[in-house]
Amino acid sequence: MGSPLLLRIASFETKQVRFTCDGRPIAARQGESLLAALLSAGDHLRRHEGNGEPRAGFCLMGACQDCWVWIGPDRRARACTTPVADGLQVSTIPPAPAGFA
Amino acid sequence: MTRIVIVGAGPAGIAAADALSAAPVEVTLIDEAARPGGQLYRSPAPGLKLDMSRLLGSSHGAYAAFHDKAAGLCRRLDYRPGTLVWSIHGGAVHLASASGAAALPYDALILATGATDRIMPAPGWTLPGVFTLGGAQALLKDQGVAIGRRVVFCGSSPLLYLAASQYLRMGVKVAAVIDSTPFAAKLRALPDMARAPATLAAGLRAMAELRLGGVPIHQGARIERFEGEERLAAVQCRAGAGQLVRIACDAAAYGHGLRPEAQLAELAGCELRYDPVQRLHLPVIDGDGRAGERLYIAGDGGHIGGGQAASLSGALAAAALLDDLGLPASDVDRAGSRRSLARLRGFPNGIAAAFRWPREQVVALADDTILCRCENIRVGEVRAALRQPMASPDANRIKAVSRCGMGRCQGRFCGPALAELVGAGHAGELDRLRAQAPIKPLPIALAGEAAP
Ligand SMILES: Cc1cc2nc3c(=O)[nH]c(=O)nc-3n(C[C@H](O)[C@H](O)[C@H](O)COP(=O)(O)OP(=O)(O)OC[C@H]3O[C@@H](n4cnc5c(N)ncnc54)[C@H](O)[C@@H]3O)c2cc1C
Ligand code: FES
Repeated sequence: MGSPLLLRIASFETKQVRFTCDGRPIAARQGESLLAALLSAGDHLRRHEGNGEPRAGFCLMGACQDCWVWIGPDRRARACTTPVADGLQVSTIPPAPAGFA
Repeated sequence: MTRIVIVGAGPAGIAAADALSAAPVEVTLIDEAARPGGQLYRSPAPGLKLDMSRLLGSSHGAYAAFHDKAAGLCRRLDYRPGTLVWSIHGGAVHLASASGAAALPYDALILATGATDRIMPAPGWTLPGVFTLGGAQALLKDQGVAIGRRVVFCGSSPLLYLAASQYLRMGVKVAAVIDSTPFAAKLRALPDMARAPATLAAGLRAMAELRLGGVPIHQGARIERFEGEERLAAVQCRAGAGQLVRIACDAAAYGHGLRPEAQLAELAGCELRYDPVQRLHLPVIDGDGRAGERLYIAGDGGHIGGGQAASLSGALAAAALLDDLGLPASDVDRAGSRRSLARLRGFPNGIAAAFRWPREQVVALADDTILCRCENIRVGEVRAALRQPMASPDANRIKAVSRCGMGRCQGRFCGPALAELVGAGHAGELDRLRAQAPIKPLPIALAGEAAP
């Protein structure tokens, strides 16, 4: 995953939350977005379906859809606008078979 | 009772809600975000110990006053955070939220949907570490994280210096500010800009702060490339004199001003008209925000103008709506607000000149540059589509042939550059991509339920 892309400059005084991304355990704080948590632990969010290039989101406000990840077997989520939660199972590749709406 | 729906709880939407608060109407205020504030007054997530007064400096007072007012309004109104309006048809707004899909009929509608960054694609702009300028601010305010440890702010926008100074103030290393507009152009625009003295002063303050902080500022430098393998390592720009400058960094905040989020306006039946100064299609509205039958548009979603203009236009739209419905007038000072708004919006030429959209850069882009980041469509593929025999190559046809703009952002980020490419860099009128519902992808679980 590489060294963290983002730099935290203010901390959350909230309870710790644990979730997994592609099976890897990640600790975060309640209130954090998935994007903030994942890019504080690594340097990209997913690889592009077409050419495998790394992507880490772009607009950070829900408009570009570059930050898509998958939660559980069938939920697609924008990492930049989705808060972390205990026990989330995030995957960066679509759980097969993928249904895109 | 008459039902008014307001979409957007930023400065424009909140001002509209406030002006309607004493009227005999039922107001529903909808925002996709979890908290009111919009872009300008975006607030930290609950529990985040972020020093907003340090981040915002002298504008903290306005921020605090906004949130006092918004908190009161949101308690009294039917406020629906976390709710996306994904379409407007049949006299109803169509909603999607964690609790499912719903349609909400309205008697009148105020759209206060704001804006997103206008982007000029450049080689490497899809690398991790390259983010929009607005996004760099949004992440800082909302999550208390900076986009990197050594950040370059680049492009050209009134927000460029503002965002960079906010990062600096929060202790983040600002590697450089690269403004693609030459200083001479800014000087020429000065008399125009002086019509909004507060905005001008804020910009100059931010510049002075950056200089004092030792941040190198390159003006009139063209962004050549975002360089890196798996993530951003440097920004290359070509300085005014022609030499290549390479600035090592791990993140870049990039943008060329703002473009209105006008998709809902279009779906609601508002006409969009090409504006030759901004080179964007803008909703056609009258001075008070009337945009069609029972339809009003306020704030940046109608006309990019900053926070103060957004609030004024929200109040005016609400007042116009009450007039049109024959309801008792609100106590909005119409004449005064119209005067101030006209002053704030009255110098598009100055803004466009001082923060130039570098349209000629599209023509210079190499064929292998990614234009559409959703589908990874390259400039060369769009050029190939343009060479196909076609009665009149309009942007929507080129989109159908090349798939550029068909991706999940619906052309929000490639659209302005695609239009320039189709227009071949000419100064003439541009084409645009049409909006389609759903204006943003819906959660799969809802997509079936919410079929248009
Ligand atoms: C990141 C950013 C930072 C900015 N910072 C400054 C600044 O410091 N100073 C300044 O003067 N100007 C700033 N601007 C310009 C700024 O846009 C305006 O000043 C002001 O925020 C505009 O207010 P608004 O109410 O029109 O829109 P916004 O504040 O953008 O609010 C629009 C709201 O509508 C909601 N929305 C949009 N579409 C939908 C939908 N389909 N369904 C549900 N909700 C929706 C959004 O979630 C958002 O909350 C900034 C702009 C951006 C993009
Ligand atoms: S980063 Fe653009 S939608 Fe999440």
